[in-house]
Amino acid sequence: MRLSISEALRKAIHGEMARDKSVFCIGEDIGITGGYGGAFTVTLGLEKDFRDRVIDTPISEIGIMGAACGAALMGMRPIADVQYGDFLLCTMDQVVNEIAKLRYMSGGKLKVPVVIRAPVGVTGRGSQHAQNLEPYFISCPGIKVVAPATAYDAMGLLRAAVRDDDPVLIFEHKLLYGSKGIRAESGTLDASSEIPDEDYVVPIGKGIVRREGKDVTLVASLLMMHFSLMAAGILEKEGIQCEVIDPRSLWPLDIDLILGSVRKTGRAVIVEESPKQGGVGAEIGMQIAENVPDYLLAPVTRVAAPNTPAPFSPVMEKFYIPQPERIAATVRKLVQEY
Amino acid sequence: MSAKTHSTAPRSAPAGPKIADRAGVMKAIGPERLIGMYRRMLEIRDFEEKIRFLFLEGKMPGTIHQYIGMEACAVGVCAALEKNDVIASTHRPHGHAIARGIPMNEMMAELYGKTTGCCRGKGGSMHMGDLGKGMLPAIAIVGGNIPIVMGMALAFKIRKEPRVAVSFFGDGASNEGAFHEGLNMAAIYDLPALFVCENNLYGASTSIKLTARVANIADRAAAYGMRGDIADGMDVLDVYAHAKEAAEIARRGGGPTLLELKAFRLCGHSRRDPNNYMPKEEKEFWAARDPIPAFEKTLTMAKILDDAAAAEIKKSVDAEVRAAIEFGQGSPDPKPEDTFNDLYLTMEVPR
Repeated sequence: MRLSISEALRKAIHGEMARDKSVFCIGEDIGITGGYGGAFTVTLGLEKDFRDRVIDTPISEIGIMGAACGAALMGMRPIADVQYGDFLLCTMDQVVNEIAKLRYMSGGKLKVPVVIRAPVGVTGRGSQHAQNLEPYFISCPGIKVVAPATAYDAMGLLRAAVRDDDPVLIFEHKLLYGSKGIRAESGTLDASSEIPDEDYVVPIGKGIVRREGKDVTLVASLLMMHFSLMAAGILEKEGIQCEVIDPRSLWPLDIDLILGSVRKTGRAVIVEESPKQGGVGAEIGMQIAENVPDYLLAPVTRVAAPNTPAPFSPVMEKFYIPQPERIAATVRKLVQEY
Repeated sequence: MSAKTHSTAPRSAPAGPKIADRAGVMKAIGPERLIGMYRRMLEIRDFEEKIRFLFLEGKMPGTIHQYIGMEACAVGVCAALEKNDVIASTHRPHGHAIARGIPMNEMMAELYGKTTGCCRGKGGSMHMGDLGKGMLPAIAIVGGNIPIVMGMALAFKIRKEPRVAVSFFGDGASNEGAFHEGLNMAAIYDLPALFVCENNLYGASTSIKLTARVANIADRAAAYGMRGDIADGMDVLDVYAHAKEAAEIARRGGGPTLLELKAFRLCGHSRRDPNNYMPKEEKEFWAARDPIPAFEKTLTMAKILDDAAAAEIKKSVDAEVRAAIEFGQGSPDPKPEDTFNDLYLTMEVPR
């Protein structure tokens, strides 16, 4: 059966709630009968089977994350979502100061098995509904960060996250959900996958090679992974073979997979939709430079958004998001000059 | 569960008068437990005074926020709870920890950063607690524990457990957004929570006159359609009676209460604060209402305590706290590499 990311997440959440009564969902607009199942339809209809465990909240992100934290401390396994990833910033205290730190501050006596889901990506809604927040959270010890770019990975990582006793933050991309009907997102890419019937999990901390190649290693997650594959298609015609790695987990990072690839290609390019400054590329790039300097034929390079908030105007937005052509141009230059 | 639509009429009780039937309250508690409460208050006072000297002498690392003068709040509320209830505290947690029954040895070791501490030396003063003993390691972010306690109560409700979650916080915290969100959600879901606001009239050095226009923090309960109540935070029996009532309402499914305790800290905000921002008359007024001599007098007049028994208890408390200090000082330090432990359950910290 082929499912979109939103369908795969819905099925995975349904399955986890059926399997384990301690699993519950909490967020805004997620279980309103006649509503849209959260902003991106992921929880659509779940309240029919699990009314008491799909909890609609007021517009209270601090409350949502605090509730998730407290319930998890009491042995439940909440899946808490923010309607837009940007709203994580409204509740950074609960996520970073409490959820991520309680286990450590207790000397390892507590566990906080919270799953947080957050949609990211630039989609014509203006800068406050556009941020890719991965950089803030990969620098937060105590919380794991994953970013599924396909329906298969979304289902597998959702299950892994729910079953993980540590806090896990799942970033989903607005243009990869594949939601239908009135919530269909313009500019959506097809991230659907064939989904096996049997229960499977994608382990947290394991990346995957999406495309093999000998000339350059591209590391990218979410939408940028798909754009990197498109860039690889452009470059293939020019005789440049790109290896595209999807880390799937940003923290813990499958650095061994990335380093193995860079040892082969000698060229590393990290692509991200967040601004370049202090981004994911800064972390991954530095790990590459620290670990395999002798293998590098070229400087470690980043393709990222400009160091600005995301602009609204379609002309500027197109420029803001690293397009396949810009990714290809960066790789082309790298291969030509080094 | 979705929020039921409430009528717009708030459910707050009027500002609670002092409990009239004190004899009845004392009878319900019983002499043994009353003596236990008196002892607990002395333990808190002695613990805090002894560590204050250790700090001033440079013998203890870190920082402390002391609970001197507020003993009736923690002891009165905790005495009204059941074993399986849970409390959560703040950057000023020592009184709550002792009242809830966290062993003083483990607390002292935690203050010294030793592995035998209740948080294995990882938390320190502001994260005192042990969930296995009914107290979440304290949350030092002002207001931070409020939505977490709401979440604990949510779990109790989903699982239909007859347990109550109790949040302690100060007047300052009632101005945080987390207070607003936590109380509102507790109200709409009818959660078994008790929000105890220890109003000691100051947020650090800032008087409540500068930070809130309401005469009583409890008045804010009406904004959430929640039950609000007030007790005398310098009178352990009054605190007990109001807390017991609120806890039992919550336990029966009657919803949460915002319980304001009118109190005062007879010490600075933190370790070296001489509280020069408090007028002399104010300090004297409240010092005269010190909860410990007041309770001693109550128990003596009720013939539950006499001078000899009181002296015996004080001697015993002194010995207990000294032993805790020795235990803390003598316990092993962690190894530096222990820094990498106790973060994730399921993986090692990447180096």
